[in-house]
Amino acid sequence: MPVDVLLTEGNQVSVPTKLDAKISEAKRKADYQKLFYNMKLLRAVEDRIERVLAKQGKILGGVYTGKGQECISLCSCVHLMDGDFTSPTHREMGVFVARGIPLVEIFAQYMGRANGNTKGKEGNMHMGSIEKGIINYPSQLGNNAGCGVGVALSFKIKKQPNVVMTFSGEGATSTGIWHETVNFASVRSLPVVFMVNNNQYAMGTPTHHQYRAVNLAERGVGYGIPGLVVDGNDAESVYEAAKWAVDRARSGKGPSIIECKTFRMTGHAQHDSADYVPEKLFQEWAKKDPIERFTRFLLKKKWITAARIKEIEDEISAMIVKASDEADAGKFPDPLTALEGVFTDQKIISHKKWKTMIVQQNQNY
Amino acid sequence: MAEPTTFLNAIREALWEEMERDPSVFLLGEDIANYGGAFKLTKGFIEHFGPDRVWDMPISEGIIVDSAVGASMNGLRPVAEIQFLDFITCCFDQICSYAAKQLYRWDVKCPIVIRGPYGAKTSGGPYHSACPEAWFANMPGVKLVAPAHVYDAKGLLKAAIRDDNPVIFMESKWLYRNLKEVIPPGDQVFTPLGKAAVRREGRHCTVVAWANMVHESYIAADKLAKEGVELEVIDLRTITPWDHETVLESVKKTGRCIVFHEAPRTGGFGGEIAAYIGQEGFAWLDAPVTRIGAPDTHVPFAKPLENYYVPNAEDLIGAVREVMAY
Ligand SMILES: Cc1ncc(C[n+]2csc(CCOP(=O)(O)OP(=O)(O)O)c2C)c(N)n1
Ligand SMILES: [Mg+2]
Repeated sequence: MPVDVLLTEGNQVSVPTKLDAKISEAKRKADYQKLFYNMKLLRAVEDRIERVLAKQGKILGGVYTGKGQECISLCSCVHLMDGDFTSPTHREMGVFVARGIPLVEIFAQYMGRANGNTKGKEGNMHMGSIEKGIINYPSQLGNNAGCGVGVALSFKIKKQPNVVMTFSGEGATSTGIWHETVNFASVRSLPVVFMVNNNQYAMGTPTHHQYRAVNLAERGVGYGIPGLVVDGNDAESVYEAAKWAVDRARSGKGPSIIECKTFRMTGHAQHDSADYVPEKLFQEWAKKDPIERFTRFLLKKKWITAARIKEIEDEISAMIVKASDEADAGKFPDPLTALEGVFTDQKIISHKKWKTMIVQQNQNY
Repeated sequence: MAEPTTFLNAIREALWEEMERDPSVFLLGEDIANYGGAFKLTKGFIEHFGPDRVWDMPISEGIIVDSAVGASMNGLRPVAEIQFLDFITCCFDQICSYAAKQLYRWDVKCPIVIRGPYGAKTSGGPYHSACPEAWFANMPGVKLVAPAHVYDAKGLLKAAIRDDNPVIFMESKWLYRNLKEVIPPGDQVFTPLGKAAVRREGRHCTVVAWANMVHESYIAADKLAKEGVELEVIDLRTITPWDHETVLESVKKTGRCIVFHEAPRTGGFGGEIAAYIGQEGFAWLDAPVTRIGAPDTHVPFAKPLENYYVPNAEDLIGAVREVMAY
């Protein structure tokens, strides 16, 4: 099914274009059903974190959610295969859902438990999995794209048929490293896709104080790579665009930028009331809720039934409660684990902060 | 009696009063204008001072600091906010290559302040908790300031803004809302850079600390006083250039010295102070100069790990006992 996008290629900027990856009906149906399930699951996971665990005081530190932006991570990652890598930041819980990170691990991570993804070393979205191809991002924005490109470089060196999908907010694209990254990826035609979730705010800063371009995807012109502007709340558009970009990257044609226009349906984090965002924007964008939109589409196509939706919702709620309880039953990490993992071959064994640190070399621990 | 002021409000007042006093002072940083800053520290500034003096910047610490350096060349006195001082890594180059070397290379002053929240105890994890002083202490040409009290949060920031050198002003975010003290109104508050304060007098052991660790020192001092051990607590306030004289004078009196900081111990600024006392105060010492710092790891997120990581009064008490028994 062709979708409308804006394509920037060569020096032609944002030309309205129809994109059609010509995916078979059967494959598309299967993908869409999976996407629907994952969208529901993703929202339920974030709801649990934001509305239950955080409210119960079980989460310390920041709580960021990607409500209303579910399509962006899910409908892009659906095109990835085993061995591909992703490099999300703080809005992309969808990446963890798409790549099958156990829910217990996610909830426990937020609560700082030993059974969490980083065993309490890190909090909230700072999770990763080398096995499942998810890079654990540093807070310093923009760097996650850079590190993703490093993985893409390794794919090229090792002649692996894989690609990397990186994610950045529109704010993060103001960093020098983001630009340095895109330039290098372009120069060496590295197999990477630069997804940009343009949710119109970076914390309290609206886009007009962040950049002047009409569309961020047009920055591709300056770097000699194509860019697509898509409706980030439309599952089909993101799905088509990402397919196009992933195929391109996989076939050695190099990187591209996909700018997903969307809206941040929450404050920057849970503690932010977003009083600086005009109320009418929330109302407008609530009508464009990506999950509701996709549901209507699937119902109309008869690719899903109301009964099946109910079944999925029940199944997910049960799963969420079970996983969240299991996470909550997890122990807090042993304080001494704070000393582990600084070096591969050294263990800091001093417990007393005024004693000279005794470092044991080459201990396998 | 006057109402107590929070540490955060003291910083806010310093910025406000300096901007009122000197039209060349202006602010730049991420989300500081309409949003009012990540900690709402600059809320209301744009309304009062207007958009030419409060600049929301794109997410680029590099251009924040370079803009400050450049603007200072044309007679302005920029105060740049780094949203969390951990992200100062993103403008390390601009600080070290430009700001620090201006005067030395071509005799041009660089009167900028780079300020922001720092330190642990707020479940910030590895990227919202760091103590960056040692990263810059080895860079000549940059002053480093870390207040521990409300009066100094205001007084030192005023001094930093009026100083003609680049100053990194480190604000303990733990103290932001946890510390409230009564301070005199308006312009009566001013603390010169480079002067430490002796907060508690005592005969037995000197403790040199800054920011959060000053408060831990008070807890330890109170407990130890009951056993008849007197600590002399020095709040260093300015880390570079630090007040050698006040510290050395105290050590001459007590014969013992513990340097106590929140940053990891190895390569921490405590090493510099300890080495100096070892060299210049050797004749007066009754025990080895001792350093307390965090373990040489990153700042972990989970509460039990973070609690374990951050040095506290108990660590100081343990160290004092050892030093006293030596
Ligand atoms: C280098 C750097 N500077 C500042 C921050 C603080 N910070 C965290 S998220 C954020 C806003 C990010 O906006 P955007 O990239 O648009 O992503 P969004 O939150 O809108 O998804 C800021 C300023 C940071 N993490 N890294
Ligand atoms: Mg954004």
